Amino acid sequence: MKHTLSILVNNHPGVMSHVSGLFTRRGYNIDSIAVGVTDDPEVSSMTIVLNGDDFVVGQVKNQLLKLPDVLRVQDMAYASSVQRELVLVSFSITEKNRSEALTICNGFDVKILEMTEDSLLIEFSGNSRQVTNIITVLKPFGIREISRTGQIAIAYRNQNVV
Amino acid sequence: MTSTTEAITGGRLMVELLEEAGVEIVFGYPGGAILPFYDELYHSKKIKHILVRHEQGAIHMAEGYARSTGKLGVCIATSGPGATNLITGLTDAKMDSVPILAITGQVATDAIGTDAFQEADIFGITIPITKYNALIKKADDLARHFEEAIKIAMGGRPGPVLLDFPKDVQLGKTTVRKASSLKIAPHHYERPKVKGDPQEFAEALNVAKRPLLYVGGGAINSFASAEIKALAEKANAPVTTTLMGLGAFPGTHPLSVGMLGMHGTAYANKAVLECDYILNLGARFDDRVAKYQDFAPNAVRAHVDIDAAEFNKRINVDHILHGDLKDAIREILPFVKGGDRSEWISNIQSLKKNHPLDFDNSGETIKPQDFLQKVYTKTKGEAIVSTDVGQHQMWAAQYYLFDKPNTWLTSGGLGTMGYGLPAAIGAKFGNPDKTVICVTGDGSFQMCIQELATIAQSKLGVKILLFNNNFLGMVRQWQELFYEERFSESQWTYNPNFVKLAEAYDIPAMRIEKKSEIQKGVEFFLKDSGSALIEVMIPAEEKVFPMIPAGKSQQDLIEFKDLGKLKK
Repeated sequence: MKHTLSILVNNHPGVMSHVSGLFTRRGYNIDSIAVGVTDDPEVSSMTIVLNGDDFVVGQVKNQLLKLPDVLRVQDMAYASSVQRELVLVSFSITEKNRSEALTICNGFDVKILEMTEDSLLIEFSGNSRQVTNIITVLKPFGIREISRTGQIAIAYRNQNVV
Repeated sequence: MTSTTEAITGGRLMVELLEEAGVEIVFGYPGGAILPFYDELYHSKKIKHILVRHEQGAIHMAEGYARSTGKLGVCIATSGPGATNLITGLTDAKMDSVPILAITGQVATDAIGTDAFQEADIFGITIPITKYNALIKKADDLARHFEEAIKIAMGGRPGPVLLDFPKDVQLGKTTVRKASSLKIAPHHYERPKVKGDPQEFAEALNVAKRPLLYVGGGAINSFASAEIKALAEKANAPVTTTLMGLGAFPGTHPLSVGMLGMHGTAYANKAVLECDYILNLGARFDDRVAKYQDFAPNAVRAHVDIDAAEFNKRINVDHILHGDLKDAIREILPFVKGGDRSEWISNIQSLKKNHPLDFDNSGETIKPQDFLQKVYTKTKGEAIVSTDVGQHQMWAAQYYLFDKPNTWLTSGGLGTMGYGLPAAIGAKFGNPDKTVICVTGDGSFQMCIQELATIAQSKLGVKILLFNNNFLGMVRQWQELFYEERFSESQWTYNPNFVKLAEAYDIPAMRIEKKSEIQKGVEFFLKDSGSALIEVMIPAEEKVFPMIPAGKSQQDLIEFKDLGKLKK
């Protein structure tokens, strides 16, 4: 089962290595990791998505909390949090299927960043499933390049999040 | 941040911060990148520096000092090869939760990352083997990092920290001497409040008919010996300890059943099988003790630990108390009732009688168990004993009964050969009035043998008990029992003359080979407060029993008397 961990860490060099090293050392696989600084320049927020049962995730949480640079770990329950990732996709188009491509983009609330004779560069954000979906839909056109951020998450304020 | 007006160098500040932290002794080895610090240390009147012969010696000495005194152990190394020589000791201290501050020099900040002379990314290298580490890039950050590092090393579950100081940071001037911006969660440096329900915890113990206390190294770290004794006596519960917990409960106490695990006593391991309640006090269900989920199969399991990550890590438990062990037991005690457990106690007595620690002492050769018992008698059990790793380590754990905490220094988690001699040196510096004995084997001894020079230079009274069987004894034992006597590369076809070698370092030494020489040997070895080495020749085929074969559980314990069966 997929779990999303939202982690606050001190923002200084090596913290990322500490956290990712912990996963490596204990043989846990990270599905995605996204990091950015918070409103406090000394604190960064990390969102890590991993696959594992409750035992594995419990172990990961406990081990994370042992790192002095880790300030807080939250396991984001899907229903009580907003989860988003951003994807940039460049894909091929032809004169024939251009309008079909534009229709799809409109339907999915996709932002078009660049259009050339034979390609489209788009931006899309949504939850993981939606991002995977848009990639699947665009695949038949011929994907040239994809850049995906990994997931970020935040809890709804009025929910009890563990 | 508070500042003083006078700017001082980073190196000067490092020395002053060590002095302010109450550090009295450091173990180290100078080199180019740490010279500014050493230059300032030259002027310190409060800090004694012990010059070692190899940085691995420095960190094991710091460990021996820390474990025997309960204080912070400090070691110093230069950049690159100096720093990488600390790796084994850092890993060892992490595994055994020993509070160590390792200070390393680093190439100047503008040379970092250029593969400069004697440069190694020691910060990156030591991430997984330290509790905390940092590369200090500005002299102004130095005080803050020092404060954090020492608190983290000593607090919560103790462990090693490493601070890496580029040469220009040691030379740079700063006025920042104190820092209040500690952005570290309190559980890393404070004694956390006990979480859980002590009453429910105690009640599970009260209803047990056959309770067993299982005491680990955490008991030593939290100075909880008195509380454990009070708990055992009040509950009338027998006590077994792990290798790391030896001394946390008196080995001579009527309720003691000695050590459990792979080479623990048969009666401790049998008690684990029979108990209906097992209370883990600061141990971590190590795989040498609790091989499988069916550990203590008939027991309700309870666990007290300062490290929440240890709960249900390998073995699932029914009751949990999270916090400092000493505090936790104090909270449990008022709810503990003393039940009538005479049947269980007499059961334990008969286990002890029918399955004693045993060896064959009939021949003319010297048996290490016999020799250790005589050393125990002669020292009245009051020595601090360090060991290396192997058969001698297990014999020492079995036959020297430890009554007091902080008197047994061994590499439990990592199993580091080469640990014993420097650890004994560190312990002797911390406890100059006590007898300190390093029990070692001919294999282990040669891994840090150069520290004999450190003993000689400081005229230190460390006693070395060297069991020589011209083999890597434990490897040989496994090869004999499980590899059909294919003794692949376990025999030393060359060993130096250890007596002459010790004498080369001005350490009085003697070799004994026959049983009739034992008394003479023990007398020689312990006759005064000076250093001495006794080389005891022992039969190569002597084995450590009891033994639970690797991968097996308590049910599969082999005792000395079963040896015949095993060989068929």
